[in-house]
Amino acid sequence: MKSLKKSLLSAAVASVFAVSGAQAAGISDDKVKIGVLADMGGVYADICGKGCVTAVEMAVEDFGGTVLGKPIEVVSADDQNKPDIGSAKAREWVESQGVDAVTGLVASSVTGAVTKVLTDNKKIALISTSASHAFTTKACSPYNAHWTYNVVALANGTVKPMVDAGKKKWFFITADYAFGHALEKVASGVIKNNGGEVVGAVRAPLGTTDFSSYVLQAQSSGADVVALANAGADFVNSLKTSAEFGLTEMVDVAGLLVFTHNAKALDPNIAGGMKLTTGFYWDMDDETRAWSKRFKERHGSIPAMGQAGAYSMTMHYLNAIKEAGTDDADTVMKVMKKNKPNDFFARNAYLRNDGRMVHDMYQVRIKKADERKNEDDIFAIEQVIPGEQAFGPMLSQCDFK
Amino acid sequence: MATFLGINLFGLFGQLLVGLINGSFYALLSLGLAIIFGLLKIINFAQGAMYMLGAFFAWMALNYMGINYWAALIIVPLAVGCIGVLMERYLLRPIANEDHLYSLLLTFGLALILQGAFTHMFGSSGMSYAIPDELKGGNRLPFMYLPNYRAWIIISSLVVCVATWYMIEKTKLGAYLRAGTENPQLMQAFGINVPLIVTLTFGFGVGLAGFAGVMAAPVYSVSPDMGSNMLIVVFAIVVIGGMGSIGGAILTGLGMGIVEGLTKYFYPEASTTVIFAVMVIVLLTKPAGLFGKEA
Amino acid sequence: MQINKTAVALIGLGLVAPFILYPVFLMKVLCFALFACAFNLLLGFVGLLSFGHAAFLGTGGYITGYMMLHVGLTPELGILCGTVAAGVLGAIYGKLAVKREGIYFAMVTLALAQLIFFMYLQAPFTGGEDGMQGVPRGELFGFIDLSDNMTMYYFVFAIFLFGFWLVNRTVHSPFGQILKAIRENEPRAVSLGYNVNDYKWVAFVISAALAGLAGSTKTLVFQLASLTDAHWHMSGEVVLMTLLGGMGTIFGPIVGAASVVTIQNYLSGGELGNYIHIIMGLIFVVCVLAFRNGIVGEIQKVIKRNFGN
Repeated sequence: MKSLKKSLLSAAVASVFAVSGAQAAGISDDKVKIGVLADMGGVYADICGKGCVTAVEMAVEDFGGTVLGKPIEVVSADDQNKPDIGSAKAREWVESQGVDAVTGLVASSVTGAVTKVLTDNKKIALISTSASHAFTTKACSPYNAHWTYNVVALANGTVKPMVDAGKKKWFFITADYAFGHALEKVASGVIKNNGGEVVGAVRAPLGTTDFSSYVLQAQSSGADVVALANAGADFVNSLKTSAEFGLTEMVDVAGLLVFTHNAKALDPNIAGGMKLTTGFYWDMDDETRAWSKRFKERHGSIPAMGQAGAYSMTMHYLNAIKEAGTDDADTVMKVMKKNKPNDFFARNAYLRNDGRMVHDMYQVRIKKADERKNEDDIFAIEQVIPGEQAFGPMLSQCDFK
Repeated sequence: MATFLGINLFGLFGQLLVGLINGSFYALLSLGLAIIFGLLKIINFAQGAMYMLGAFFAWMALNYMGINYWAALIIVPLAVGCIGVLMERYLLRPIANEDHLYSLLLTFGLALILQGAFTHMFGSSGMSYAIPDELKGGNRLPFMYLPNYRAWIIISSLVVCVATWYMIEKTKLGAYLRAGTENPQLMQAFGINVPLIVTLTFGFGVGLAGFAGVMAAPVYSVSPDMGSNMLIVVFAIVVIGGMGSIGGAILTGLGMGIVEGLTKYFYPEASTTVIFAVMVIVLLTKPAGLFGKEA
Repeated sequence: MQINKTAVALIGLGLVAPFILYPVFLMKVLCFALFACAFNLLLGFVGLLSFGHAAFLGTGGYITGYMMLHVGLTPELGILCGTVAAGVLGAIYGKLAVKREGIYFAMVTLALAQLIFFMYLQAPFTGGEDGMQGVPRGELFGFIDLSDNMTMYYFVFAIFLFGFWLVNRTVHSPFGQILKAIRENEPRAVSLGYNVNDYKWVAFVISAALAGLAGSTKTLVFQLASLTDAHWHMSGEVVLMTLLGGMGTIFGPIVGAASVVTIQNYLSGGELGNYIHIIMGLIFVVCVLAFRNGIVGEIQKVIKRNFGN
């Protein structure tokens, strides 16, 4: 009875929606459809948002607009940084609109919910801007590919040198959701392993407008370094308040995740000199400058690292479909892991079996006012951190061959 | 580190100060609500949006017209007040005789429109407004570092609150106003233009929110949802204080700011819930609120 | 008679709808329709404007999610737990809130709901901003797999019909008549010897439990419980749905919920995403100023004028 009903139902569904299961070969429903899911108008809009859509569209155009003779389509939606909205959209995309891969993916809370939906449906998540390392560790999946950076790389790149330099006591002002928690945890581990100590932490909700009470807690903690384990507008606001209450003069304030747009928005007198870790900087060499120039012409501002990453991963994904001769997720992932991405963004790069894209990271310094030649001249690259060193080892349970 | 009975005074005083600053904003906003409620018997759900509007107007005045902070402090509340006057005249008055719940829903809708419009225009990540040069820097007190601007917030909002209280409770104008609340028909018979008083009072109450918005612009990020987040807390404060008196609104606002500050020091996890917890206790013991008269 | 005919037509529509539209979208509509029906019981039939009903929607969702995820209950028991939890919360909140009237009632419910919201924001079991992710849909009664959207749809549809029937039954019972009497003239109801606050309280509890049922079901559909459901915006949305559809009508909340969810769905797909708040706000203002009977209310008026006697 049940099977009869089910087959009737699924026949009906298939006829109406033309939803078909994964096929062994060829392109499902005669097109490759990429969904870009990101915060389009909120606190993270600048670091991915419409810029990620532009980057993905550029990749599709540069690829030629078709793959294996079938058209490539790009759709996009605003997740408003809310996991319920993001996962519902992803579900609708893969279940009723034939989307093959979802990219963008900014707030780690949204990415966590979306990757679960995608894995259930055997579709690929191309994570460009999320920071949490969960998607390649405790929530790892054979369908996740995590580009650009993660909290492990940030902690290794930014925190370790400071602890080594004698800054032993740390206090965290942490964004109160998956990303902030992960960053605080990983950074705390790095601090303890190198002989430092975490003297306290406060958790501020995403989009907090007034950081003064958190700054005061940090001030009375007796720490050498106050680490801002937040991002986007939260980072900008917490650093501004720190300066207002004189915290920046008393102790080191370290931004753990700083995007070029945020650094640009800050007064160079407050932010200048701060060292941080990034996965990409537009003004690194001719190749990055060439792509970034094209991007800026279309989008109006220089690319954030996740936007460059979105281009790179879309390109790698489309190349893999071309080589595999199908858009079947399992096959495509195999090819993506076998071939090494190599473009303006991905240097010394490979996609590890756990879905982590390992590549060179960069330790940079925010330039002071007198060093800046123009408004986009924000970072000075201090040091290249080799991928292996930045991202750490792979967990054996996430070794999806 | 200064300690007393094992209490870190640096931290405690700091949190009390931040509490007092927040309390100043609560007091300004709940004062505006109380004045409007007193005369029109409506809860202005758009009060938070007006606060947001004040902050954005200050930002726009500076960036588009070069109007500095001090001028904005006068002009912006007037502008926001004018919007309030138009709102009362053309949207609220037509439904003045309907159930008061409709006016609450109407102002809620207006709040959504304003918030949505500003999100559309400016995004929700927030704009920054620099602290005016005259108030930059700060003083190192024995227990903490007090930025000048924060001190200015406390002093100026206290002055505005007390002046408003004096005007309503002690002057002739205030007497008309209170009488208009008690018995509008009689006042009308005495030749007082009650509808005009109602409109102007609404404008004034809303203007107070605009003033709070300008005050907030340099310290909070100017963002479309700054008002809605604040308003919910102010509502709880209004429930705690009751809608009985102007002075009650001011005292409850400041008091709740301090309670919040203390909680942030002793048990930070509860700082967002403490005002609501106080509200439950007040409701259980004094359903009409601390200063309220049972309707 | 009229109501029965319309109901039969709606049931027929509900049975064939998933063959035409995306089932998850329809399930969302049904969950919100149930939520709005529960809310309408209070606003439309007792005249109480609760501005904190999201607390019950959220509670239903989180408790069900927790039971499914960590206790491993079957879906029907998980939903039952969520519903009961929302009902219990409603009993407590109702006791506090029914003492006040009108605008005060709205503000007290709003503030109480915020208390719960902040508790969910901080309690570890809810996952805070991340939400409670990966809730399994499970197997109904232990043997019907709900992971298939069509099966899930008919389960949700059955729950919705039950909730709808319950609201309808309550409204048309002697109890419901007294509620209406309270709405129309509370002092008279008091003078007739009714303990008005007790009646209001019972209605509040039923409404809260049904809102919890809607939240529980929604969590199973989306396999996620999140703060959005407990946020005061959600409390505002359900007011909008009821107002737009027609408060105090039987079918109004369903029409209102379907309209609002459709608008949101349509807008969220494209460039118009930013306009959601503006459009919701405009609908509010227009409804209040010119359209107080809502869609169904206006239709009923037209029918009465042309065909009624």
